[in-house]
Amino acid sequence: MKNLLTILPLLAVVILVHYLTSATDTMYYLTQLTMSAYYALLIIGLCVLMGYAGQISLGHAGFFAIGGYLSASLTTHNLIPYQDNALLAFLESSGMLVSGHDLYGEALLVVSPWAACLVAVSSAAVIAYFIGIPVLKLKGHYLAMATLGFGIIIYRIVLALEYFGEADGISEVPAFVLLPGLSVSGNFSDRVQNYYIAWGVLLFAMVLLLNLIDSRVGRALRGIHGSEEAADAMGVNTSRFKLQTFVLSAVFAAIAGVFLTHYNGGIGPSEAGVMKSVRYVAIVAVGGMAHLWGTLLMGVVLTFLSLRGVFGSYDDAVFGIVLILIMLFAPNGILSLNIRHRIKTIFGRGKKRREEEV
Amino acid sequence: MTIELLIQYLMAGITYGSIYAIVAIGFNIIYNTTGIINFAQGEFVMFGGMIAISLLQFMPLPLAIVLAVLLTMLIGALIEICFIRWLKSPSVLRMVIITIGISILSREAAVHIWGESIRSLPYFVGNEISSVSVLGARVSPQVFWVVAACALMVLFLGIFFKTTSVGREMRACASNPRAATLCGINTRNMVTLSFVLSAGIGAFAGCVMSPITYSQYDMGTGLAVKGFTVAILGGLGSSGGAVAAGLLLGIIEAFSVSVVPLAFQDAIAIGILLIILFVRPQGLFGSKEAAGLSEF
Repeated sequence: MKNLLTILPLLAVVILVHYLTSATDTMYYLTQLTMSAYYALLIIGLCVLMGYAGQISLGHAGFFAIGGYLSASLTTHNLIPYQDNALLAFLESSGMLVSGHDLYGEALLVVSPWAACLVAVSSAAVIAYFIGIPVLKLKGHYLAMATLGFGIIIYRIVLALEYFGEADGISEVPAFVLLPGLSVSGNFSDRVQNYYIAWGVLLFAMVLLLNLIDSRVGRALRGIHGSEEAADAMGVNTSRFKLQTFVLSAVFAAIAGVFLTHYNGGIGPSEAGVMKSVRYVAIVAVGGMAHLWGTLLMGVVLTFLSLRGVFGSYDDAVFGIVLILIMLFAPNGILSLNIRHRIKTIFGRGKKRREEEV
Repeated sequence: MTIELLIQYLMAGITYGSIYAIVAIGFNIIYNTTGIINFAQGEFVMFGGMIAISLLQFMPLPLAIVLAVLLTMLIGALIEICFIRWLKSPSVLRMVIITIGISILSREAAVHIWGESIRSLPYFVGNEISSVSVLGARVSPQVFWVVAACALMVLFLGIFFKTTSVGREMRACASNPRAATLCGINTRNMVTLSFVLSAGIGAFAGCVMSPITYSQYDMGTGLAVKGFTVAILGGLGSSGGAVAAGLLLGIIEAFSVSVVPLAFQDAIAIGILLIILFVRPQGLFGSKEAAGLSEF
């Protein structure tokens, strides 16, 4: 309940931004803000994994891609040629399939977005579970390399399989009708509605995570981050908690992938690229590892600036520099920099406290 | 499969395998002195090739290669001095992220300097179509350059670490940095030296492989993952293990082409990496006792 209340100011900001953009005739910002919200959804999930459970993942773009690609391919690939199949007939009778017509008037039979979303997210969860069991036994460099390897495999798969559109990706993904009159799509008329859907999902996820880290699970996770051996000795089932957090963050990534794919109307292989995973890690680091609010803020701000094209062709370079600078000078995140204290230190006072900072 | 085809695959495997082995040895040198896995290792290889290609317009090939190696060594030294030297006992997570950042910066610098085009050095001897017959298989002479260069580097490093006093000091830092400091060795300088050495052999490998595999700004990540696979497979820190594992991975990859599509070739190396990490993190040739002392 307490966390529900802390969300309210943010909700007010979300509504305020909507009115500001409509008052200043800059409604086009809402498009990027919607996309930023979905990326931020993935990023806060990763934050719990990295900051609280202390496990790095360089493969989260892979989970995003699993969600996005499965949802996109299921809702676009025509199943008419397999219509006689018994399984398909069952699916159709249970309302999991929708029929329609494509651009050229040909009959079209595809999986409904709801069913596709369920399949995509649960696949990501299952994959995360089975990858997580062996991977999370590793630490440090080994964990980083193993998750990086997982990310590259997913990238190779979507790039190599014709089913996933190879280098072109998948386009013309239909709208995702959540409720009658409420749909995730890139339609111009749905822009405001989608802005609120995206931020609604993000805020809901935020409340969920805030509650999680305030709970017994959250304390256990922080214990694991502090010292895995000590947590183990205190009777915390460290491997189970790590695995659950890994699966949870993968589910967040997959949901972000599903929604953003329907919103953009397509997905391409670059979404699965290593650079994307590194970028998510960079944003979590900037936000200050174990700091959900900081991560949320940085996630939205940095992805928004990047999507607006502020950094131009130096997009990746900016994230690289940010990553290095943060890790060199403020490993606890940009919000942890105590500016006043820093200035005091420079002028020769407060030197004693300098040690505590690190 | 005919004997010619078998040898053809085998030679391709040995070529790529020796390149992987060199990248893995680059990982090992830095890992031994600092305990850091340098995620930017592949970028040294890229820099070597790219700089040599640019220098070739102004000077003959051998000079361009020497200068490219020296410049990359300088880059390696700068990276260590700017980003790593002054950190006091940083956490592993922090080091991983910093070296990843360095790798991104290097790649972005490369794409802004050289663009996205694929380039290559000319063949050292002959050209694209010249070949030597080995038991009926046609093999490019450049293959022998690659294998010989890699063998020479391994030999040179072996001699350097065993006989020279600097090499012995580096080994002392590797086995116990504090004891080495007490003996009057400047450990900080040894770390810088390990980055310089690692950058140098990476750059040299980048030059000799360039005619066959080409050079591109984003070749680093793939090479780094494969080099890391080889380093783990051979037992982290062991040069001999790296050579054996490099050849093994190269040959497996080469033969895998006849079974699975080319696009999945990278996935095979990574699959091997994941399996080895789960099953035998100390590597094929590493001892279980030694592994027990280090953290995986």
